[in-house]
Amino acid sequence: MFVDKDMVLKGFAASSGIAIGRVFLLEEEDFCFIRKEIPKAFRKAEKNRFDEAIEKTRNELNVTYNKINDVLGENYAHITDVHLLILDDPTFKKDVYNLITDGVNAEYALFRVLDKIIRSFETINDNFFKERKVDIQDVGKKILINLFGKKEKNLTKLDEDSVIVAHNLTPADTISVREKKIAGFATDIGGKTSHTAIIAQGLAIPAVVGLKNISSLVKSGETIIVDGDKGEVILNPSPATLMKYKTEHDVQLTKAKELEGFRNLTSETTDKHKISILANIEYPEEVPVILNNGASGIGLYRTEIIYFNRDSIPTEQEHFDIYSKVVKQIYPYATTIRTFDLGGDKLTRMGVLNIGNESNPFLGLRSIRLCLKYPEIFISQLRAILKVSVLGKVKLMYPMISGLDELRDANAILDKVKEDLKKENIKFDEDMEVGTMIEVPSAVAVIDAIAKEVDFVSIGTNDLIQYTLAVDRVNENVAYLYDPMNPAILRFIKRIIDEGHKAGIKVAMCGEMAGESKYTPLILGMGLDEFSVSPSQIATLKKIVRNVSFSDSKTMADKVLTLEDSKSILKEIDAFMKQEG
Amino acid sequence: MKEKIIIVSNKTGLHARPAADLVQTLSKYQSDIKILKDNFEVDAKSIMGVMALAASFGSELKFIADGADESEAISAIEELFSSKFGE
Repeated sequence: MFVDKDMVLKGFAASSGIAIGRVFLLEEEDFCFIRKEIPKAFRKAEKNRFDEAIEKTRNELNVTYNKINDVLGENYAHITDVHLLILDDPTFKKDVYNLITDGVNAEYALFRVLDKIIRSFETINDNFFKERKVDIQDVGKKILINLFGKKEKNLTKLDEDSVIVAHNLTPADTISVREKKIAGFATDIGGKTSHTAIIAQGLAIPAVVGLKNISSLVKSGETIIVDGDKGEVILNPSPATLMKYKTEHDVQLTKAKELEGFRNLTSETTDKHKISILANIEYPEEVPVILNNGASGIGLYRTEIIYFNRDSIPTEQEHFDIYSKVVKQIYPYATTIRTFDLGGDKLTRMGVLNIGNESNPFLGLRSIRLCLKYPEIFISQLRAILKVSVLGKVKLMYPMISGLDELRDANAILDKVKEDLKKENIKFDEDMEVGTMIEVPSAVAVIDAIAKEVDFVSIGTNDLIQYTLAVDRVNENVAYLYDPMNPAILRFIKRIIDEGHKAGIKVAMCGEMAGESKYTPLILGMGLDEFSVSPSQIATLKKIVRNVSFSDSKTMADKVLTLEDSKSILKEIDAFMKQEG
Repeated sequence: MKEKIIIVSNKTGLHARPAADLVQTLSKYQSDIKILKDNFEVDAKSIMGVMALAASFGSELKFIADGADESEAISAIEELFSSKFGE
């Protein structure tokens, strides 16, 4: 008889819920989208590897040509002509070579180049021509399989039982599983608010990150339990453990069903204090989901996705097309569009700018700073946002504003863009609200002044905590310091809310903290007007808000603000939760 | 450098097969050959570029050939289009 032994790995709880399934291991070399740096000395070999894959593909296509020719004749065999020409397309090859020379692996280079071409086909209005992208996808797939060698493995084998285990997932990876239903995620690296975590929450898929070496401990097909609440993963679970988790999983499902009833109710406390619960989104496809979950608008529309997987700056039209999908669908609710919030490294990689390596990118040229330094990037986005403002209700939000000067500089560009549009006779909503995120400690210090010059503010807790506590949230060694209940953070939040209200504007919160149900009564009691959270959190928050009284929450919040350490703060919150049920 | 404006006159336009014919023919020439449509410019030897032009019946295309055999290349282009790619 063998001994049952659970192997428990500790990580960070990235997205709540329990998943019981089978490991689907994404080994880096097997996965086309994974970007790997290739050292200089090996780049020539990497090119040869690509050439070999092309030659193998050519042989296969020739075999296909002959087969079709034999059976159906030359006219049909010509179909493969296009495929062979794609294989030899000089522009395509040159682009792939260039990326490999820049130091990435052939799979990633191929993926990037093909993705860009396929995108250009997707914008064609004529369906007849649009369909040609299928030829390109077919050839691309053939080359990829040859690059992988025999170890072909792809995401089409994913199913509802799959738990994706990987060293790291890039945004592109996580996006690619968006249309499939999978059970969970578990990764070696990443902290609580890494990109994987944010996307997993959006998709309501349990996830644990920062597991250090899980990808080298498991094999595909093994049973795995992901506990996204505790931040644990269990390998080789014993029958008893499996049973325990299955029961808990069932309880969660029942709870989820119960929450459905709250979706369409107003978010109002027992003593009739009303707040708004809004959603954070990244894709237009999420709009039906958030409406279904009962969101009364979009408190944070992250526009960064538009900049991914490409090597040029998105055009005004591209911005407009994608925003209009969101704005029209959510109307009569409002869409708060946040402007460009990326680091300069992204643009350097796109070949648009050469900012060079910054030793400290989080404190470097990023986000609004980059927009102010290179206004052309900013202007095309602002023009698109103003143009969509007549299609529904739009609010504009700047990220990373650190003080009044930056706010005024951004507004000056906005005013200039408005003037230009007027001259061009292009309509826009002249009363469009303009606000800013508050996520840099210096902005908190001067919040009284900022609040007088904006229509709203929204607290970006992820960065605010990171910058205030000087903690890199994806660094596992210090991630434990990332504590929303640190009294410094709570005092900042209270100050932002109070000063906002003094200036007569609404104060929202769109960071992860807004969606953590444990903190809801506290933040509610501090007076926050709007909670903008990931789609899966909307119903949970509504339930909490509808079950507490505002005056009790206020009393509790006032007490909490007098406490000096997070342990006592958490104790106070727990006591309150027990009392209010 | 030689230029030539051509109106696509075959029914299916520069669809897969005609695009392939065009690219196969032009790949034999040394000259750089570009196609301009609206504000879009592609390499005439790139099948994906040519297909992405979505040049349907009636589209106006400007060919620009630059190199030792530019005149021959332009003649070959004229010939292909006037034969309507054998449709």
